[in-house]
Amino acid sequence: MRAVVIAALLVLLPILAQAVEPDEILADPALEARAREISKQLRCVVCQNQDIDSSNAGVARDLRLLVRERLTAGDSNVEVVDYVHARFGDFVLFKPPFTRRTAVLWLAPLVLVAAALLAGGLSIGRARRVRADAPLDPEDEARIAAAMDRYGQEGSE
Amino acid sequence: MKRLIAGLPLVLAAILGAFFLWGLDPERDPNNIPSVLITHPVPDFALDPVPGLDVPGLATADLLGNPGPVVVNVFASWCVPCKAEHAVLSRFVERDGVRLMGINYKDKPKDAVRWLAELGNPYSAIGSDLDGRAGIEWGISGVPETFIVGGDGTVLYRYVGPIVGEDAVAKFTLALQQAQGGLS
Repeated sequence: MRAVVIAALLVLLPILAQAVEPDEILADPALEARAREISKQLRCVVCQNQDIDSSNAGVARDLRLLVRERLTAGDSNVEVVDYVHARFGDFVLFKPPFTRRTAVLWLAPLVLVAAALLAGGLSIGRARRVRADAPLDPEDEARIAAAMDRYGQEGSE
Repeated sequence: MKRLIAGLPLVLAAILGAFFLWGLDPERDPNNIPSVLITHPVPDFALDPVPGLDVPGLATADLLGNPGPVVVNVFASWCVPCKAEHAVLSRFVERDGVRLMGINYKDKPKDAVRWLAELGNPYSAIGSDLDGRAGIEWGISGVPETFIVGGDGTVLYRYVGPIVGEDAVAKFTLALQQAQGGLS
């Protein structure tokens, strides 16, 4: 049992892997924690699906160092992110600001959910209405009567 | 209502189809990150010359008040495509009289000097960006990258990757002509 747990932990270990190198880490744990938090919001411009914390690219390392340098100089978290944003644009942020250019990106999920709810609501509403004990329309009544008649004749033979 | 629902798959197919068409377009490069610098003034930076070279360093002031557009190329001796691009840039300088300035990105000065001695030096100024800080100011994602800066110091164009091959050269030439035309 213990072996299984250890094996499972070892399998999960790579999730924690980061590219932050020992020489980059700040002596002050509070500042370092803030650096990590900021790094998670910044996208590496070379390997675009990684944050700069988990990327081995040279530019990512430079940005990690830059983030720490700004923090040490007394910048707030927001100021550091703004500094990088000003140089690399919306692209470097995992959460880009809401502007005219990013409106589609932000609104598309809402629009899709609204469309899905609307379609779902309509179809459920229709199903309910059909189930209610509404009288059949005359055309259907006539068809049923005809079918019953035919059955009655067949049955009597 | 029924007809509306019957037409829905067609509409969905059209929307998705258009999306896939856009995604599969060979002209579209997902790595192409738009630069925030375009139409903005050149960033603040000041780089020392590369020791051992007879050209001056490069700073923001060198890119202000030029008579025409300047090409700023970020290069390094360790960057293999830069070698291929070097020939193209040299031709621009020799044949078209383009003003070319360089940022030597994270390169050992000794290597840069040897590289330029071997291939020739088309740059009229080269700043040595040892720690890549100027690279961050310019928002580059790697080398080579090439910018066209207007005479007044406005960044007009950015090319990511080596300007090698007919398409790339044609694209860059067009941008350069537009930059020159915009000033006259």
